[in-house]
Amino acid sequence: MAYRVIHYINQFFGGIGGEEKADIAPEVRDGVAGPGMGLAKLLGDKAEIVATIICGDNYCVGNQEEVGKFIVDTLKKYNADALIAGPAFNAGRYGMASGFACSAAAAAGYTTLTGMYPENPGVELYKANTYIVPTTDSAAGMGKALPVMAALFAKILSGEKLGTAEAEGYIERGVRINTFYEEVGAERAVAMLLKKIKGEPFTTEYKMPVFDRVTPRPGVKDLSKATIALVTSGGIVPMGNPDHIAASSARNYGGYEIDGVTDLVSGKYQTAHGGYDQTYANQDPDRVLPVDVLRDLEKEGKIGKLYHTFYTTVGNGTAVGNAKKWGEEIGKQLKDNNVQAVILTST
Amino acid sequence: MNLELHKVAVRQLAFGAKTGVSNGVLTVNKEELKALLLKDDRLAAVEFDLAHPGDSTRIMPVKDAIEPRCKLEGQGEVFPGFIGPVESVGSGKTLVLEGMAVLTTGRLVAPQEGIVDMTGPGAPYTPFSQTCNLVVVLTPREDIKLHHAEETCRMAGLKTAHYLASQCKAAKADHTESYDFPPLTQAMQAYPGLPKVAYVYMLQSQGLLHDTWVYGVDAKRTLPTLISPTETMDGAIISGNCVSACDKNNTYVHLNNPIIKALYKRHGKEINFVGVVITNENVTLADKQRSSSYAIKLAEMLGVDAAVISEEGFGNPDADLVLNCVKAEKAGIKTVLVTDEYAGANGASQSLADSCQEGNAVVTGGNANETIVLPPMAKVIGDIGQADVIAGGFFGSKRPDGSLEVEIQAILAATNELGFSKIGAYTI
Amino acid sequence: MASIVPISQSVGANRIIPTVAIPHPLGNPTLDEKGEKALRRKLVEKALDALHTDVKEQTVF
Repeated sequence: MAYRVIHYINQFFGGIGGEEKADIAPEVRDGVAGPGMGLAKLLGDKAEIVATIICGDNYCVGNQEEVGKFIVDTLKKYNADALIAGPAFNAGRYGMASGFACSAAAAAGYTTLTGMYPENPGVELYKANTYIVPTTDSAAGMGKALPVMAALFAKILSGEKLGTAEAEGYIERGVRINTFYEEVGAERAVAMLLKKIKGEPFTTEYKMPVFDRVTPRPGVKDLSKATIALVTSGGIVPMGNPDHIAASSARNYGGYEIDGVTDLVSGKYQTAHGGYDQTYANQDPDRVLPVDVLRDLEKEGKIGKLYHTFYTTVGNGTAVGNAKKWGEEIGKQLKDNNVQAVILTST
Repeated sequence: MNLELHKVAVRQLAFGAKTGVSNGVLTVNKEELKALLLKDDRLAAVEFDLAHPGDSTRIMPVKDAIEPRCKLEGQGEVFPGFIGPVESVGSGKTLVLEGMAVLTTGRLVAPQEGIVDMTGPGAPYTPFSQTCNLVVVLTPREDIKLHHAEETCRMAGLKTAHYLASQCKAAKADHTESYDFPPLTQAMQAYPGLPKVAYVYMLQSQGLLHDTWVYGVDAKRTLPTLISPTETMDGAIISGNCVSACDKNNTYVHLNNPIIKALYKRHGKEINFVGVVITNENVTLADKQRSSSYAIKLAEMLGVDAAVISEEGFGNPDADLVLNCVKAEKAGIKTVLVTDEYAGANGASQSLADSCQEGNAVVTGGNANETIVLPPMAKVIGDIGQADVIAGGFFGSKRPDGSLEVEIQAILAATNELGFSKIGAYTI
Repeated sequence: MASIVPISQSVGANRIIPTVAIPHPLGNPTLDEKGEKALRRKLVEKALDALHTDVKEQTVF
């Protein structure tokens, strides 16, 4: 049975127009269009492109919620199994649109694949969510890109187990997938150690992580005029944990007003953190979030003001991806409220 | 030191008038065991239940898993410092009831403990879906402090395990395993030409529900030290540890440490396994620096070429792992690290909280953030209400139909960092 | 403000104040109430100093 596929392309490859048509809303046409013709031939009897979505790049990037819904509705309407997008080469917004289209379909459980130049901004944004085949930077590479995309797509659709990104020819997604190996971990560890001792090649099961760096901000000139905020990953919350921040792998953060609060006392505040012995934080939450001392310093004029709200989450098995997103949100709220500095406490 | 493990296979559990094993069936006299456990006046109530592989049964929250063992011959008694006196163990003969586990459960303190499903999609993630389980449901008295409640439950598990094995001393072993650990003078000269290998065994030691005990001593109050691998088989190391159950070493896995087993398997053939160094994972930087320096110094004193280093837990213990790795590699000791991952539900985040270039050989127990839906079971032993507050669960975990949506973090020993299971992860 | 400085360095913090211990970064339960608050104040003052200071790279205060 041939898999049913929807192809997503932009206004240019859909033959509607160039930059001036980049704000057209998505439309769907039965069958193939543009590069879909070549793709359909290459897919042969393994998969059939049943319809093509054509959408303006600017429209897609600017109306993600609507376009995402349109894509999923179309997949359902055509009873499709998968979505293939692009290739977008080095066209930035087309890359972002293709990546987004695949992400939206993948989130709804569909198999997806796109192609773009490795430096297209769409790669960094969406590679975790979809397979992306590397292409040349311009459409001149169409003839080279389509066979690779078609072959890999057919393989993924068939459910065949994929090798490494390098072996299969897609851009490494950086996504960890659990699997059951032949041997238990201890056996694998000792086997790896033997290879390492003998100087034979071995493959680590996990390459050590790399973290972002940011340029330090200049110092705050006059602290006595500054508003300072408290943020913590130590899980300090009002008693009862009103926003249900989880003990581990938190899915949210909370912001709590502390106007008039001069001391975090036991029984009114607690920790929600499951990763450390809670005894001491529950006895005196100031041990994690020093509201008492900052109130003193505020009264003495050493700092201008303690910001009226503290932000908190549980940093315990919490994904860096989530932490980054919340950090950006908290940072924006603080900046919009003219906070000059943040003291971040961690447990 | 030489230790013989006399393993009696248990294939089924039953309640009955007399505790004992016959033809693979272990019968438990509930009343006798209950009376033994209730001698601890900090316990308000104890109940027992049984769970067999394939049963439509969920057990949660599980605090500890223990394999029943007792000494047949030789110095001391199992679980020294708790059941046995603080005498050295690890030699002579020890009876093991193999194929079963004692699981302790009950509402203790939140957040805590893990899930064991005896069937369904969650079962492959926990080794305890494959054992016959005597579940001890504990209710500590409400007026006692948390630390005492934890201790009470920990002791109840050890007492039960020791009691069961002790009642089966007359049973004939189905098979016997022998483990030898010679004096260092002999060990150093044995197998010339084979690389000398040590095992650096990291123990979580961070406070209530995050502790490990060695001969009755809280591991956070110890310096790294040498231990005979045979001592671990007699319960010299026990767990007081049950938050984020996926990667905490329960007492059962300490007794059956698979890294020790894998090193023994190759001992005298491909390697010379010369020692085990236990070290801790404390909550201050000074402790972490001291312990990592001391542990690796011990490995250097043993003159080893290489070491397996296993972590327990995640987050700040990743810093202990990295310190141990860097210090060992700098001392010319080649390392393989055994850890697990917190890469987020989508698997796309950094898996560890710390990092080092030297850590180029890593074995992983998989991504603990992977979510799984555990369908309803016909029977729940323990307290399903805990799903919302256990580590790895979240508010809303428990669905109206009785199914649970949790991270595999909540499943007992799912991503065990002693490499107990076949689970791992790869990058796409 | 964190107790395990190597992690703060690994993950890229720019102004790092070493604190007491993971379960009580800004406290020490073995001290009396007054002594503990004085310790906390000292640590927070150090953090304020760090916020006031220009740094070009990751710095442990």
